[in-house]
Amino acid sequence: MTTSIRPAKKALAPSAPVKTTRAGLTEIVAPYAYIAPFFVLFAIFGLIPLLFTFYVALFDWNPIGEHVFVGLDNFTRLLQDGRFWNAARNTVSIWVLSTVPQLLVALVLAHLLNHVRLRFAVLFRMSMLVPYITSVAATAIVFAQMFDRDYGLLNWLLGLVGIGPIDFIQSVAGSHALIAVMITWRWFGYTALLYLASLQAVPRTIYEAAAVDGAGNVRQFLHISIPALRPVIVFTIVTSTIYGLQTFTEPLLIARSAPSTCGPIRQCQTLTLFLFEQGFTQFKFGYAAAIGVALFVMVVAFAALNYFLSTRTRPERA
Amino acid sequence: MTRTTPRSGDRLRWWVYALLVLAAFACVFPLYWMFVVATTDTAAATEMPPRVVPGGNFFHLAGLVFSTVPFVRSIVNSLVVAGTIGLGQALFCALAGFAFAKLRFRGRDALFLLVVLTMTVPTQLAIVPQYMIMSSLGWVDTLQALIVPGLANAFGIFWMRQHMTNAISDEILQAARIDGATTWQIFWRIAFPLVRPAAFVLGLIGFVYAWNDFLWPFVVLKSPEMYTVQIAIKALQTNFNIDLGLAMSGSFLATLPLIVLFVFVGRRMVAGIMDGAFKG
Repeated sequence: MTTSIRPAKKALAPSAPVKTTRAGLTEIVAPYAYIAPFFVLFAIFGLIPLLFTFYVALFDWNPIGEHVFVGLDNFTRLLQDGRFWNAARNTVSIWVLSTVPQLLVALVLAHLLNHVRLRFAVLFRMSMLVPYITSVAATAIVFAQMFDRDYGLLNWLLGLVGIGPIDFIQSVAGSHALIAVMITWRWFGYTALLYLASLQAVPRTIYEAAAVDGAGNVRQFLHISIPALRPVIVFTIVTSTIYGLQTFTEPLLIARSAPSTCGPIRQCQTLTLFLFEQGFTQFKFGYAAAIGVALFVMVVAFAALNYFLSTRTRPERA
Repeated sequence: MTRTTPRSGDRLRWWVYALLVLAAFACVFPLYWMFVVATTDTAAATEMPPRVVPGGNFFHLAGLVFSTVPFVRSIVNSLVVAGTIGLGQALFCALAGFAFAKLRFRGRDALFLLVVLTMTVPTQLAIVPQYMIMSSLGWVDTLQALIVPGLANAFGIFWMRQHMTNAISDEILQAARIDGATTWQIFWRIAFPLVRPAAFVLGLIGFVYAWNDFLWPFVVLKSPEMYTVQIAIKALQTNFNIDLGLAMSGSFLATLPLIVLFVFVGRRMVAGIMDGAFKG
């Protein structure tokens, strides 16, 4: 995303002398008509529901029954609800466990993929994108099987070296690790390609000069690649925050005995899954909306933090 | 794809390849494993040590998938949804991108800023009112509930605007204008053909995303004949949780079309994703 929001130079003027004929009018409204579909769709299916969430959260809202105004009751209940804090903890835990390894692995891979004499480069890049085209649902099913306590490949391998078996689904730490592995698997290759694209914009002369000065692979990585990548690193932290806070499908699909709570003790229920449980299995729309508002506040808080980070790092771009 | 940055030392060390092969293996192995389990019967799927080569049970399990859920129907549903979304995004985002890049109109820059800002709004957490809106439109348990909201998106507009700006000179457009072409003709005859490769990749990404989407279809679809493939494999997993091979077989069949697609267009997808990325 190179371009800023500056207007394109020498944009096309509306067709020469515009008369108030029907054809002339068509030409005047044409640009608005071209951008309208997005704005209409976003308003109806994005913005209005978002604003409406704040409204519904003030009600005891049964989808087929009464709507009773309860003020901030849903929020006070939410703050005292252990299940909410549990879900919030799980969400943050899974987010950290999945983001940190994902970005580190992607950084190293991007650096390796950027070698000028690398053979089979296209093949490597394509294989990095295979997890990205695999659906989360299929991913969750296959990983849950590979990590299964009794019949899983991983526990069999661990058994060979005398560890385990580990129950990756029924335990808190295990289930978080399993979900984090799935998210990491899905995104590390894609992120590596984003980093690689940025690295390719770094002039080769900088690396050559560093090599002449005796900087090896590792020092080039730390002192050239990492600073050059800082803006895109911030970008990927932002996007992985937005995705991470909305993790839903993986926890829903790994605990088959109690999907909407991700297991009997809610060991891996995330906030979005808690929202789903309250809204679409308990049909407490008001309470679910309150969870949505809480999630929104979290996202805004993280976004503010990220904004702070990105403005702080801007001078590095030079 | 130009490669511009050499490293110190001309020969690549073996460990560079070793790490890359390891990463590639990690990316591909779960799909292979999916296939292995999808071809073994339940007894073999639970035997220790696990079998690492495919068995001969693939067609039996695949047949079971098709007979336990309306799988053909769900593949058709997914094709309709993902295909329409892919085409819609390519067209509507190209149109909007063209307007923002090449047309002059009042409020243009402010509106484009607005488009960019919408990318930071986490609309997914508004799923309860979204469901209520679909309910009042009478769209619950229909495919248009999945299709219509996905027809245009902010990222696509941003992306197409960039390609429109880079790919088309204003001189050509001015010349067309002088020759009396309408704005629509300029878009359809000149601008769109020039950015068709970018629109193709955008449509492809939209297709993959829609094919794989889970949360929203899971909430909004009720009856099995409306299921997309992702919801169908969830149904397989729920109803037959004893037979591991069945869910795996469904997952494999749901992923197979994308793998086939990827073999043909993966290269362009990689280039497209890297092209749309930050460049320093």
